[in-house]
Amino acid sequence: MKNLVVNPVLNKEFKLRFRSFKSYLGVLFYLLALGLIIVGFIFIESLSNNMQGFFKPEQSRTMFMVLSILQLGLILFITPGLTAGVISSERERQTLNILLTTTQSSSSIILSKLISSISYLILLIAASLPLYSFVFLFGGISPGQLLTTMGFYLFTIVVYGSIGVLFSTLIRKTIVSMVTTYGVTLFLAGGTAFLALIFMQLTNAYGYTGTQPTNPLAYFPAMLNPVIILMSTFEPEMTNEITRSTGIEFPLWMSYLISYTLIFIGAVLLSIKKLRPNMKKR
Amino acid sequence: MIEIIDLTKRYGKFTALDSLNLTIEKGSVFGFVGQNGAGKSTTFSILATLLAPTSGSAYVNGYDVQKDPKLVRKQIGYMPDFFGVYDQLKADEYLHFYGASYGIPFAEREKLIPQLLDLVNLSHKRESYVDLLSRGMKQRLCLARCLIHDPEVLILDEPASGLDPRARVEMREILKELKSMGKTILISSHILPELAEMCDTIGIIDQGKLVAQGSVADIQSQLRGERLIFVKVHGNPENAISFFEDDPNIFKLSLQEDGVSFQFIYKGTAEEQTELLKRAILNNLAITSFAEAETDLEDVFMEITKGVELT
Repeated sequence: MKNLVVNPVLNKEFKLRFRSFKSYLGVLFYLLALGLIIVGFIFIESLSNNMQGFFKPEQSRTMFMVLSILQLGLILFITPGLTAGVISSERERQTLNILLTTTQSSSSIILSKLISSISYLILLIAASLPLYSFVFLFGGISPGQLLTTMGFYLFTIVVYGSIGVLFSTLIRKTIVSMVTTYGVTLFLAGGTAFLALIFMQLTNAYGYTGTQPTNPLAYFPAMLNPVIILMSTFEPEMTNEITRSTGIEFPLWMSYLISYTLIFIGAVLLSIKKLRPNMKKR
Repeated sequence: MIEIIDLTKRYGKFTALDSLNLTIEKGSVFGFVGQNGAGKSTTFSILATLLAPTSGSAYVNGYDVQKDPKLVRKQIGYMPDFFGVYDQLKADEYLHFYGASYGIPFAEREKLIPQLLDLVNLSHKRESYVDLLSRGMKQRLCLARCLIHDPEVLILDEPASGLDPRARVEMREILKELKSMGKTILISSHILPELAEMCDTIGIIDQGKLVAQGSVADIQSQLRGERLIFVKVHGNPENAISFFEDDPNIFKLSLQEDGVSFQFIYKGTAEEQTELLKRAILNNLAITSFAEAETDLEDVFMEITKGVELT
């Protein structure tokens, strides 16, 4: 089994990450945070039902939404921290030059680094799955919805991870790379929602009375926002509202998939290109 | 074999390498001497495919570093002047990782790694975490790492820097062993005697230009004109000082703080130096020590840059 063909960088990264006690502590605190929120939510909701101490299936659905949005927030917060230093920290530790003189291709190094760093996030999500069983315990959520949410997380992690790897490749200092990645993440996760909201409000404010005013501008920031997309999977009315306001019928989640896939491809290709110097003769 | 033709590297207005030309024959050991910023590491980085030159060409075993970087990487084992190691990785895992990076199968690595650790005297540290090894051990482990894919060419940037005397000697012995294995070695150092013992040819680089190149004997002959000599006597040094001051080849004689030793610059030949010592003994001077100062980079550099260019 030992001599299975495994990418050396990936193999080494797994070894280093899971040999560190910090990784286990990370999982512990992540689950503790989520667990406390779930227990707290159930406790508060039970108390609010006229102190009768029961929990309705409709409330379970709300709990699922709260949990999912919270988990997305945690993912968006952790991903830059895990990925924005994968190359720059090797550079700072003076191990990158040696790695680059091996015969490993740039694409192999970049993809291994990306996969190894996001695999920790996937572990966090997988470890949180038993907590979701609380939701099933009370009903109100289909397994399909849970799978959609997990698939959405995976896709979002990969894309945000690739952004982190890109800045880590382009920027020499890890701290600068982290700040830049967090800045971009904050813009995509928060700034785009704010822009979408402003455009929608402007459309409503300057619309003619009696007709439904439309302005496509709000669609573009909305399609880049992971929170809006996740919410729209729970509340289809939200998608309908955006469609009414922007006049664009094309499904928002589809635009999200396309735009984020393009971001991922662009980030990975640029990282691969910039990892090693351009040796081509001028 | 390494061939460098008109290699130039500029960073804006600063020229790190200025039309460098160099040929290192297969199986030979070439010592690259130069001050900090002279262009040694830039040359090494270009040969290791880590840096693109502004102009010129460099070939390793006939492969162009710009056209065939991947093939060049197979040919070379590169040890940078400063390098880090991964925390939480054991010595044999470290070598396994790099071995796998060169596509060496696991079974082959299992045979190879004990041999390499033995070569660099680290067999007893196989299970030790790399970051807990001493500086000298890390240097040796890095050297073992350079050899994992059995490269024909070794590019070693200051492999003995920062090592204590014992570790330096160990490193030197390993390099001698590698030389006997027929590797082409390009090695840089600030200390000429260190290179002199193992190099066939030495090149001196200054401000990106190769100012001298030749055999160790050629380079040392450049220095023969002037040497710094320390003399220590037993008792009053006055007689000895007046004896040496009379010699026309002796300049700048100065008494040391201890009152029993002095130094001077000697410009005579080796034969004349022998005669001088014989005469001193015959004159019953109570000499307890008569030693030539070790020639370091600065001495060579001073000589070479003001002397005749060797090629």
